[in-house]
Amino acid sequence: MSSVTVPSVAEKEHAHTGSFLKTYVFSLDHKIIGLQFLFSTLLWFIVGGLLALGIRWQLAYPWRPMPILGNLLAANEGGQIAPENYTMLVTMHATVMIFFVIIPVLAGAFGNFLIPLMIGADDMAVPILNMLSYWFMWPAFFFIGASFFVEGGAAQGGWTSYPPLSVIEAAAPGSLTGQTLWLMGVTFVGISSMMGSINYMTTIIQMRAPGMTMFRLPMTIWGMFITAILQAFALPVLTSAGFMQLSDRMLGTGFFLAEGASANNSALATGGGQPLLWQHLFWFYSHPAVYIMILPAMGMVSDIISTFARKPLFGYKPMVYSISGIAGLGFIVWGHHMFVSGMNPMLGMTFMVSTMMIALPSAIKTFNWLGTLWGGKIQYTTPMLFAISFVSMFIIGGLSGIFMAATPVDIFIHDTYYIVAHFHYVLFCGTAMAVFGGIYFWFPKMFGRMMNDSWGKVHFALTFVLMNCVFYPMHILGMQGFPRRLADPYHYETFRNLLGLNQFISWCAFIMVGGQIIFVINFFGSMFFGPRAGRNPWHANGLEWQAPSPPGHGNFDFQPIIYRGPYEYGSPEVEEDYYPQTQPPKPGVEAQPAPAH
Amino acid sequence: MRRFWRFLFLLVPIGGVATFVAAPYFNIWLPRDVSEHGRTIDSLFMFILYLTGAVFIVTEMALFWFSWKYDARTNDEPVKFSHGSHALELVWTILPAVTLLFIAIYQMEAWAAAKMDVPKIPITAEVTGRQFNWDFRYPGPDNELYTEDDIIRTDGKFYLPVNEEILLNITSADVLHSFFLPNLRMKQDVVPGMLQQMWFKAKKTGGFDIVCAELCGWGHYKMKGRVYFLPRPEYEAKLVEMANEQKTMRVQVPETE
Repeated sequence: MSSVTVPSVAEKEHAHTGSFLKTYVFSLDHKIIGLQFLFSTLLWFIVGGLLALGIRWQLAYPWRPMPILGNLLAANEGGQIAPENYTMLVTMHATVMIFFVIIPVLAGAFGNFLIPLMIGADDMAVPILNMLSYWFMWPAFFFIGASFFVEGGAAQGGWTSYPPLSVIEAAAPGSLTGQTLWLMGVTFVGISSMMGSINYMTTIIQMRAPGMTMFRLPMTIWGMFITAILQAFALPVLTSAGFMQLSDRMLGTGFFLAEGASANNSALATGGGQPLLWQHLFWFYSHPAVYIMILPAMGMVSDIISTFARKPLFGYKPMVYSISGIAGLGFIVWGHHMFVSGMNPMLGMTFMVSTMMIALPSAIKTFNWLGTLWGGKIQYTTPMLFAISFVSMFIIGGLSGIFMAATPVDIFIHDTYYIVAHFHYVLFCGTAMAVFGGIYFWFPKMFGRMMNDSWGKVHFALTFVLMNCVFYPMHILGMQGFPRRLADPYHYETFRNLLGLNQFISWCAFIMVGGQIIFVINFFGSMFFGPRAGRNPWHANGLEWQAPSPPGHGNFDFQPIIYRGPYEYGSPEVEEDYYPQTQPPKPGVEAQPAPAH
Repeated sequence: MRRFWRFLFLLVPIGGVATFVAAPYFNIWLPRDVSEHGRTIDSLFMFILYLTGAVFIVTEMALFWFSWKYDARTNDEPVKFSHGSHALELVWTILPAVTLLFIAIYQMEAWAAAKMDVPKIPITAEVTGRQFNWDFRYPGPDNELYTEDDIIRTDGKFYLPVNEEILLNITSADVLHSFFLPNLRMKQDVVPGMLQQMWFKAKKTGGFDIVCAELCGWGHYKMKGRVYFLPRPEYEAKLVEMANEQKTMRVQVPETE
């Protein structure tokens, strides 16, 4: 995988000494660090998926011992999922998926691997910071992993960790040591993200190749750039809020506890604080985090769609402005998570208007993707299928958000399965599809070999159909008022008739998760036995495709000079239907002026 | 078979609409509404459902049509070498902006009625959430809370008069809970140390679910109650009955109150 046939000047200058440990473990090379992130997150993806299966089993067959997986998830109860165990499952499924999978796979894996390659740099601006950003994930892995085995089990306060449930130790078994470990884990993820984001911003601003202006950057890089800015400004708030909660738990302060707070006959805690303060601080980070979890995916999808539609991206500048708009508005919409929290209803109205407005840039992006498909010559490769499905699913996830944004409707559907359907459509059917698409698309660059396209399509069809069977019916569960995080809702008269539908959803989920084995086999099989890819297997324009596959240390075996944007497919200036960014214009041909959009 | 992939994308609008059309036949829909204001919320829900449904069908069909028509294997036309269009961008910026602003302004009144305009009537009762129970305190004959004639119930059964505006004080004794009445389209998180108010008017008699909608610990799923709406005379008789019951049997009042 590291065999580089073309020796380069850069490589000779700072080649590794060759020891395995130095090359693959303590590496300063952005590509290796990106792959380290990729493998770690895929591993946690499996953990998060198995936790979800526990939730689905309990909702389909309440209190029945879970076969096979039950021995892992609920060994002490003989496979039966106890109610406190259920709240642990929902908490840790979300925590693992958000903090260990989606955020690090986008920024950590794809960001690290792609940023220097796509902008024509030989590495990140500060390689050592980059290495540390990966190694600081390990304390987080350790704390969260260990929390499953401490007394009381892992955190049970929901991934939102609302006090007082998460602060008062007597309130839940998971609020013993589990919650402390949870807070420390999330803090370390924050430190890692912060180091990454500073590095990304510096690299993108400072290290672009000659000719690579900001408006010649691929959308993936724009997504990563805006994400890095969001992280740098929002993360400090979460980190300090985390420390405030830690000190409430361990030092006896009362930032988030009301006067005379107590639960389950515990001793009175120090009071004088306000539980809603945590929600404000938490969502001030976690709403922008929603965009941290989707903007890079949007960028990757834009690149894939333009490549396989063999057509320039429709409305490049409006796309850039929309993600900037999403990022800007993203800082003033956090209150829409709190419409029924007890926050002043007048404030709710303000947040409602800003939330309605943030739907606008998302709509603009969707129309531009459709515009890119229009009039193209679409090649149905596996990455393209995943990218188109991202657009199709993002339409559903975007439109269902309008229901929640409408405050009177939110009174009813808040904290029901309607919201569960909504964010799974954005995060699983959206971002996870973009991640799969991205892996199929950049796999040749990562490992120098192609993934199997037929099995990729089987994987796509299976995932696409089943995920819709899983998440779409959740909308109508939510319409009935079916609340989230309830271990057994069927003893309520209102929800009694929903058992059948939940069993259908659960079975689709079991098959879908099982079907991912196709992807795992394809991934590892292709890594060693796939056909050799060559530099540019997709005939793509992007700069990364001009480097060797896989690129050696220092990335490029020539000095890249950029003549145009990355989306000049089907240009009349050349005979081929693609026009790489580094290909000099033919003498005599006037270089086309930069497009007005 | 060659066009198989595109049919998957056609399945999205078909299946999406079919699910919502079929759901009522499986008796899954918005639960029965017994409140006066619920109709506003339901019609707003349906309005947004039809509006987003129309956008959903149009965009998903466009996606399918483009993926069908512009397949590289069947499309002989050269690629449209276009970087975008100012006019189109303007159209699809302004149209959604106006629509979204309209929805935003259109709903403000309903929100104000549900959460801001507190009716000027005496408190009917106080609701306290605690792990894992809903407690109810009626003011008793003197109509004032926290006096000697208060009636306190911890059995999760909540009696209220039908066809009357009701004003509740709601709060929590320990962690966050959410007082959710699906059939009345009402939900409000309760926060320890914060006294909040909820008001509604039921139009039908009968018993309905009270659900906790904010994660509150291991027993969250069983933090259940029932609200019973009774005609005025029956309601008053019930209050007297409960007051007598309280006189004759010892009801343990938690010390924190």
